[in-house]
Amino acid sequence: MLGGKALSSGSEKRSGLSEMKKKQGPPAQFITTQFNSILGWARKYSLFQYPFITACCGMEYMSAACAHFDLDRFGAGWTRFSPRQADMLLVVGTVTQKLAPVLRTVYEQMTDPKWVVAFGTCTVSGGIYDNYAVVQGIDLVIPVDVYIPGCPPRPETVLDGLLKLQEKIQHQEQEWRWKKRKP
Amino acid sequence: MEEKKTLDLLKQTFPAVVKEASTNLGDDVVIIDREGLLGLANFLINKPHEYTMLLDLTCVDFLGQKPRFEMVYHLFSLPQNKRLRIKARLEENDLRIASLTSLWKNADWLEREVFDMFGVNFEGHPDLRRIFMYDCFEGHPLRKDYPLRKRQPCIKFRE
Repeated sequence: MLGGKALSSGSEKRSGLSEMKKKQGPPAQFITTQFNSILGWARKYSLFQYPFITACCGMEYMSAACAHFDLDRFGAGWTRFSPRQADMLLVVGTVTQKLAPVLRTVYEQMTDPKWVVAFGTCTVSGGIYDNYAVVQGIDLVIPVDVYIPGCPPRPETVLDGLLKLQEKIQHQEQEWRWKKRKP
Repeated sequence: MEEKKTLDLLKQTFPAVVKEASTNLGDDVVIIDREGLLGLANFLINKPHEYTMLLDLTCVDFLGQKPRFEMVYHLFSLPQNKRLRIKARLEENDLRIASLTSLWKNADWLEREVFDMFGVNFEGHPDLRRIFMYDCFEGHPLRKDYPLRKRQPCIKFRE
């Protein structure tokens, strides 16, 4: 209850939140915030990944996912080969113009909540392939949460990117089923 | 001495087709008229030469020169352990050459690649359509006059 007290006194100072406080009241707000935080904690440590691997970065992904560097330490061990079961879309390797519709379909088939990681320079910006065939960054096709640079990125960079994504998930506003959606 | 023999034989058998014959770094090179390609290839694939392998088939764009395109065929003879190159020049406004799919099966995809990248028409090809680029793509990207930064997105991009 101590946390709730600190939270309500903090929100009183902000003028924007005082309106919300009148409507919801402190206990409701406390529950929502705590639930949000618990959901964030649960979601960031149970990332089911869909590896969308098209090129040489896949080798680096394998070494990052296997025993030496072990993505499973951070709760991202499960590889799901169906987008419907995945939370994290790992786009690893060059995405060509011909492949762009496939990538978009895979992203749209994933169920919420979902996050996208651009793995390697090619997915971030097209990399060395500044030509007619390659999409110059996958953020032209789908929204991206974390960019991991490198050609290919070292496994440490990948782990750092994963930690950054976990931090983002913990602090973002969570969506859940019975919550009122924003219009 | 062996390579001399093949080239001499080719010159004797196809005097109207073979324009130039030489040996470059141990490989035979024949520059021919495009109309005689199929007959020449049919001659080379059979005994005694047995160039039974089509290693590669590609095209070169000499932008600015008069016959602009040049088809290059790389053949390999397993019994002789020898390579042979056939070259044929093509005019820009009349880009067509006989298909070799009747002699070598792998010519199918190689010719589709050349059609996709350069726009050369292969007469007698069973299924001449793009192999690398998507169907809505316009132009031929490996031609020297294709704009360097021209993009043709397949789907509508965000933003």
